[in-house]
Amino acid sequence: MAITDIKAFAHLTAADIETLGQELDSIRRSVELSRGEQDAKYIRRTIAAQRALEVAGRAVLFGSRNRWAWLGGTALLSVAKIIENMELGHNISHGQWDWMNDPEIHSSSWEWDMTGPSSQWRRAHNYSHHTYTNVLGKDEDLGFGILRMTRDEEWRPVHLVQPFANVLLAATFEWGIALHDWDIEKQLSGTPKQLMSEPNKEFARKITRQVAKDFVFYPALTGPAWKSTLKANATANFVRNLWAYAVIFCGHFPDGAEKFTVEQLEGETSGEWYLRQMLGSANFKAGPVMAFMSGNLCYQIEHHLFPDLPSNRYSEVAVRVRELCDKYDLPYTTGSLGKQYLLAFRTIHKLALPDRFLRRTADDAPETSSERKFAGISMPTMPSMPNTERWADRWNETHWLPVDPETGQRRGLRSALNEAKVVLKEKARHEKEVLREAKVALQEKARQEQATLRRKAARERALRRIRRKR
Amino acid sequence: MVLKKGGFSVRGVREWLEAPAADVAERGGRLNVLRGAVARVTTPLLPDDYLHLANPLWSARELRGRIVEVRKETADSATLVIKPGWGFDWKYEPGQYIGIGILIDGRWHWRSYSLTCPPNWTDPEHGSKRLISIAVKAMPEGFLSSHLVSGVAAGTIVRLAAPQGGFVLPFPPPEKVLFLTAGSGITPVMSMLRAMDRRDRVTDVVHVHSARTDDDVMFRAELRDMHDRHPSFSSHLQLTSEQGKFSLAELDEQFPDWRERQTWACGPAAMLDEIEHHWRDADIADRLHVERFEIERSAVGEGGTVTFGKTGRSAEVDGATSLLEAGESAGVQMPFGCRMGICQTCVVTITSGHTRDLRNGDERREGDKVQTCISAAAGDCTLDV
Repeated sequence: MAITDIKAFAHLTAADIETLGQELDSIRRSVELSRGEQDAKYIRRTIAAQRALEVAGRAVLFGSRNRWAWLGGTALLSVAKIIENMELGHNISHGQWDWMNDPEIHSSSWEWDMTGPSSQWRRAHNYSHHTYTNVLGKDEDLGFGILRMTRDEEWRPVHLVQPFANVLLAATFEWGIALHDWDIEKQLSGTPKQLMSEPNKEFARKITRQVAKDFVFYPALTGPAWKSTLKANATANFVRNLWAYAVIFCGHFPDGAEKFTVEQLEGETSGEWYLRQMLGSANFKAGPVMAFMSGNLCYQIEHHLFPDLPSNRYSEVAVRVRELCDKYDLPYTTGSLGKQYLLAFRTIHKLALPDRFLRRTADDAPETSSERKFAGISMPTMPSMPNTERWADRWNETHWLPVDPETGQRRGLRSALNEAKVVLKEKARHEKEVLREAKVALQEKARQEQATLRRKAARERALRRIRRKR
Repeated sequence: MVLKKGGFSVRGVREWLEAPAADVAERGGRLNVLRGAVARVTTPLLPDDYLHLANPLWSARELRGRIVEVRKETADSATLVIKPGWGFDWKYEPGQYIGIGILIDGRWHWRSYSLTCPPNWTDPEHGSKRLISIAVKAMPEGFLSSHLVSGVAAGTIVRLAAPQGGFVLPFPPPEKVLFLTAGSGITPVMSMLRAMDRRDRVTDVVHVHSARTDDDVMFRAELRDMHDRHPSFSSHLQLTSEQGKFSLAELDEQFPDWRERQTWACGPAAMLDEIEHHWRDADIADRLHVERFEIERSAVGEGGTVTFGKTGRSAEVDGATSLLEAGESAGVQMPFGCRMGICQTCVVTITSGHTRDLRNGDERREGDKVQTCISAAAGDCTLDV
């Protein structure tokens, strides 16, 4: 089972978590206080640049029967759609620019260039996903309802098609998101089965407009070039879908992005909430251009800690969050885009299989672990199996050395994970050794038995020969 | 949809074409058919979203204006002459006020000010185009009013809201009028006087205006000029530093017919309270029209009465109760989400009064959108929900 007690998992006391929360609050406050003209300029310029790219792309596509114009127009439009989706739509709808008090750049009024209505996405994403991040059964973004991304979820035969479902989801990501959000909106508004409910009407209106725009009106406007324009629009949407999919998967499903059980939610303090966001998401390394193109979601950890702080400030927030991770000896999950995606990709394919093919459990798997991961492992400083509620306290008091006596460094989750890795590796090596020895012994036994059988057969043959001679 | 129950109709087509621009329909007029048609390809944006990048005034989605002149009135007050953008509602009446938003350090600040111009005012100094004007008096703690009086440059783009308010002079004006103003309370009355002057319908008007010294009188020259040009208009200045406060008892001596006059009063709250009493005692409260400026001040106190405008319900709350809880306890269907200030699902607009962000103590006021789950009332306030 995934993490039920984040304190125990993180190797922190309630007081530690409280202080950690206060330190994060002060990061938040300092960014809030320094928001100003520069940030406002940043978003206004981004909007202007995005609009310019889009207009340029659409204009170039009037000549889309020419190969180069097609390529150029499609590239411009793809980039425009990516920026619109990631840096503008996503971030503005999070309220990152609400502080400007500008009704045109406000979470309550922004509508994005994606199939699903912004309002439905806001409820599903801002509310369901960001409040209950990675809590199994509460955060519907965990696998988007079609993928099994943690072994906490029971395997069903449908998961066998996961590799295909994954490809399909990537290619049609905006539709996946739209349907997903529509479904959640219907559940939340209590109108799941009413045909003419407001969520249904809103959804129908939005998808009609979006489809008509890219696949009817714009192609029609370009007249004889309608076919190549249509292809260009479809390609731009496809490119945007792939990119959005990749960014989101790298932010949530690489190893190290932990999952939680509903028990963790009970009486969760704000410090624990912060901690859950920190441990539940993952970053990827990006330069300024890639950061911009990902809507600064290469800083997914920072985004999950402060979803409503302006995205252009995440890079500086990241420095301070990393310092906190060092201070509290917490892991800061990051890696190259390729590595992060491959880890997610591995999980998708691994978990397509039934549990009997999986070696690890939800307590110590690469994609999901829990506080039990550290139990039952005999380490010099590790406790035995936790079975009382006060286990976490005892852990810190008696077994786990919170400070390294030699270096004076705090020892927390990061050390524990490293030590557990060593111990688990040692354990695995030992088990392998034992298995190998057993195998050798068995083979030896089999060989002996075979030899005995052979001798026996030879003796019988000799006896038969003697009998025949007589 | 084009096909309604009755089949195909021109009106149906028009409605269908206008639909995407329906939100701006009121202000856009005939342009909306075109706007709606173009919006089919610019969806989810409106054509205005592109146009306003070229010229901020070309957006009817959010009304903008450009300050064309800042004219000093007194040491601490100024008139702002503004050219409104597309879709401004010119059908305002003298005495009404407008909402105006100014960008300072990346943030828009929203306030309401009385229009001082007559309807359909054109200024020959500015190419005889239709313009509007407001007058602003810098308040000691008024961060925005001080900025407007001494910090704002011609050419600045501002946000605007349609003129509104019931403190208006009917046309034709009543035969006998009394204006009682003090300080910046003269601004809505100035619009009324100018309208009468412009239409040459100055009836029997008495204007009593109080200011501290002669230099503090806004529009002093213009008042004197009107006094000279129109025998039926008499302007009386009460300079309080020399003559003391204007006493309502003096009305009987100076303007014995005050009871017969339709009266418009605007100024500090204490003065208006007194006037209201006086008129009620005289049993002519129906002849009195009062405009209470929301004086630009900081949020007062903790907690208060939260009124939910659309539902008409209200709740008494302390300074620690969130507006969301307040609404729910009053049985108002509030939008809600995470209840911790991260998801922006519960955002509503403050119609009047102040609120305070419970996380950091930041103050929010009229025109701001607030997250109700992490905001509490700072004094009485009204929410648009």
